[in-house]
Amino acid sequence: MSLEILGITVLWTFLYGYLIVASIDFGAGFFSFYCKVKKEDHLVNSIIERYLSPVWEVTNVFLVFFFVGLIGFFPSTAYYYGTALLVPGSIALVLLSLRGSFYAFAHYGVRNSMLYTGVYGLTGLFIPASLATVLTISEGGFIRETNGLVEFLSDQLLKSPYAWSVVILAIVSILFISASFLTYYADKAKDRKSTVIFHKYAIMWSLPTIFASMLVFFAIYQHNPEHFQNMLDISWLFLLSLASFLVALALLLKKKHYGWAFVMVMLQFAFAFYGYGISHLPYLLYPYITISDSINSPVMGKALVTGFIVGLCLLIPSLYLLMKMFLFDVKYVQGKEKAVQR
Amino acid sequence: MYARILTSLTLGFHIIFAVLGVGIPVLISIAEWLGIRKKDPRYTQMAKRWSKGFTVTVAVGVVTGTCIGLQLSLLWPSFMKTAGEAIALPLFLETFAFFFEAIFLGVYLYTWNRFKNPYLHWAFSIPVIIGSTASAFFIMTVNAFMNAPQGFSLENGSIVAIEPLQAMFNAATPSKAGHMIFSSYATSAFVLAALAAYKLLRGNATAYYKKALQLTLSLALIFSLGTALWGDIAGKYLAKHQPEKLAAAEWHFETKGEAELIFGGVLDEETHEIKYALRLPYALSVLATNTLDGEVKGLNEVPEDLRPPLFIHYLFDGMVAIGGYMIIVPVWYFVRKKWLKKEASPWELMFIIGGAPLAMLAIELGWIFTEIGRQPWILVGYMKTTHAVTSATNVGEMLALFSLLYLFLAVVSTSILLRIYKQPVVMDKVYPSVTGGESR
Ligand code: HDD
Ligand code: HEM
Ligand code: HEM
Repeated sequence: MSLEILGITVLWTFLYGYLIVASIDFGAGFFSFYCKVKKEDHLVNSIIERYLSPVWEVTNVFLVFFFVGLIGFFPSTAYYYGTALLVPGSIALVLLSLRGSFYAFAHYGVRNSMLYTGVYGLTGLFIPASLATVLTISEGGFIRETNGLVEFLSDQLLKSPYAWSVVILAIVSILFISASFLTYYADKAKDRKSTVIFHKYAIMWSLPTIFASMLVFFAIYQHNPEHFQNMLDISWLFLLSLASFLVALALLLKKKHYGWAFVMVMLQFAFAFYGYGISHLPYLLYPYITISDSINSPVMGKALVTGFIVGLCLLIPSLYLLMKMFLFDVKYVQGKEKAVQR
Repeated sequence: MYARILTSLTLGFHIIFAVLGVGIPVLISIAEWLGIRKKDPRYTQMAKRWSKGFTVTVAVGVVTGTCIGLQLSLLWPSFMKTAGEAIALPLFLETFAFFFEAIFLGVYLYTWNRFKNPYLHWAFSIPVIIGSTASAFFIMTVNAFMNAPQGFSLENGSIVAIEPLQAMFNAATPSKAGHMIFSSYATSAFVLAALAAYKLLRGNATAYYKKALQLTLSLALIFSLGTALWGDIAGKYLAKHQPEKLAAAEWHFETKGEAELIFGGVLDEETHEIKYALRLPYALSVLATNTLDGEVKGLNEVPEDLRPPLFIHYLFDGMVAIGGYMIIVPVWYFVRKKWLKKEASPWELMFIIGGAPLAMLAIELGWIFTEIGRQPWILVGYMKTTHAVTSATNVGEMLALFSLLYLFLAVVSTSILLRIYKQPVVMDKVYPSVTGGESR
């Protein structure tokens, strides 16, 4: 495998990791807000908190890892995206900061304020929308370089149907991923009432994700036919994604094996996400940056890969430990074990 | 210009929380270990209370750190494109260190009473310390690289022939990383000492607060000594590799041996005459070379347009003075306590309380000193700051936006920390099956 392919695969995998863990987090924030509005929050909050509390910082690191790694492997991305995205990037950062800090602050008393839950819940929808927009921009047409000056065409972006279809897809996917995970988690905690609620949400958001993906397919055909053609060449990945979705939906409808249902949802997104990524190559930004001309020097690339492997040897056992303690430990999940530090 | 202000604002704000993020885990870990060793629940309680406050400072550290990480690309795209080739490795490793820290922090905070053997829970604090100190180390290698770039060569404005490890372990890495890590530990110890001192001053003279004061002050003393010793190493590094920075900091114009150290004073920029200053004979030569007559390069040998601004003298002096204060105050406390058998007097407590904001100030002064002392370079000898800045407009608006964000974060986190601080100390009855300290 060439260095640039290896690099982008590593980064894409971390972005996928972020997609899953962050979706659970963003969606959970939104659901707890929504239930509060409907005055059902006492039913679901304990489940949401028990999962989120120990892992929220980990979620953030996935994102940091992705952008630091991207700049590390492909330094020119910093130049183009950095110049173009000053304003949208800063806004996303402010939202991310508000949300992250609110989560920690909430442990000490502001929890019951509607304002706080609202900010927490709604930023959870805006952030993914703005992050997904970076993928939209990578399709080209929104960044222009004239005489070495990089410019961001924001009004083009706002008028683009493709951009909006991606935003919609991002939001519904989050709600679907999150709901299917929380169904599983609540079921494991033997918390009947929350299971019913989350199950309802999971079913509710299942079909919209498929419709939204169709919408994106159609929009990408209009916006970037070259990319669309590449997607057709590997259409089997997208079909596998659809198949995984159908299995997940069937399991959810039968109210059985919620764990497997969630795995299927993860597969559904994995196939689609890697399909999108593979067909996007070799471009990192249409038509300015490709992975092969922006890759760092081979020496640095090797150093990064070595660092990455050493890092993984540390991370994988630790992540396993974290999951074992907070995800798969039945006693903890059921709340029999009181988490003192909250 | 706005880009520079925004960068310094974000970093200046981040560093407050970063310093606590690096230092506090060490104190927590020591307290918890003492609690188990001495079977004294007070120490356990210290570890618990501190880690409760720590979750809040970590949160702000994480979000502001994410800001600075992205802002480096948003505000300095050309710099990141060029230097990014060379500093990719430490930045990448830093995220691994964060990852490691984040995972074990989660485990540590939520497993207080999960294990029969209390040492097992304590053991989880070790990876947190390793993670946060390692991330400080890695990020310092990046900053050191900006001061002492090496391990590459420059061809037509782009970096080639990179030696990642050489770039990382550059001449400035040992002095900068060591001094920063020690100063973080020292500052955190002072902050926690101030919290205990304040309660004692308010007449809350329980054994808990007395022990907390004793523990934090003894650590503050050790770490402050380390900071000062390593500051000396940092001075020697400057004399050797960035003599213009040291010369500007010391208003040292003529190259000469037996150089005196100038403290305070007023400079006449035209005649280079210095008034009202305290002069310590030979001290600059000692700081720079460890000998009384070592030669120290003067500013006159540096071309005008490459000289750093001269006001950094005051920043340097401020840092060193506070460094002295941070050693004298705990020494005074222990002298009175050990030999005179006296409890801390209200005056002493006030000096200890003052130590916390002063230590934080020293961190800020030290940073502003090294960053401004690096001017006009962003990569010393290779790239000037003006060539690195973003060409995007709207930086001014973003500056306003982030200022509001930081103001908000500062206000909310302070009020929450105060709330935690005001909660009474609940001592656990049974040990080691710890049950108390529930926040709600
Ligand atoms: C509690 C904080 C604190 C205290 C008491 C001191 N320092 Fe410091 N100093 C720092 C906190 C700091 C810092 C924030 O950590 C800096 C800024 C950048 C860096 O690498 O470390 C720094 C930088 C710094 C530098 C510049 C390094 C460079 O630019 O490469 C020198 C020469 C010193 N220090 C020397 C000293 C001396 C001789 C001290 C005597 C006691 C001292 N510092 C106390
Ligand atoms: C690893 C840490 C750091 C890195 C990589 C870093 C990097 C930078 C960069 C890229 C700039 C802009 C270029 C320049 O003006 O030189 C800058 C400027 C600046 N930074 Fe840092 N910085 C670090 C830590 C800090 C901290 C903690 C502070 C805290 C006070 C700080 C204070 C400043 C100031 C005041 C400037 C403006 C200098 C001027 O405009 O004259 N820096 N730094
Ligand atoms: C250019 C300078 C810097 C950058 C780009 C940077 C980047 C970051 C990022 C991205 C995070 C959040 C990581 C996460 O998601 O967990 C963070 C947090 C942190 N940073 Fe910085 N940082 C800089 C300067 C520093 C310095 C100078 C220090 C310490 C000496 C430091 C110490 C920390 C620590 C300990 C944390 C973890 C938060 C905590 O435990 O409080 N950083 N930083």
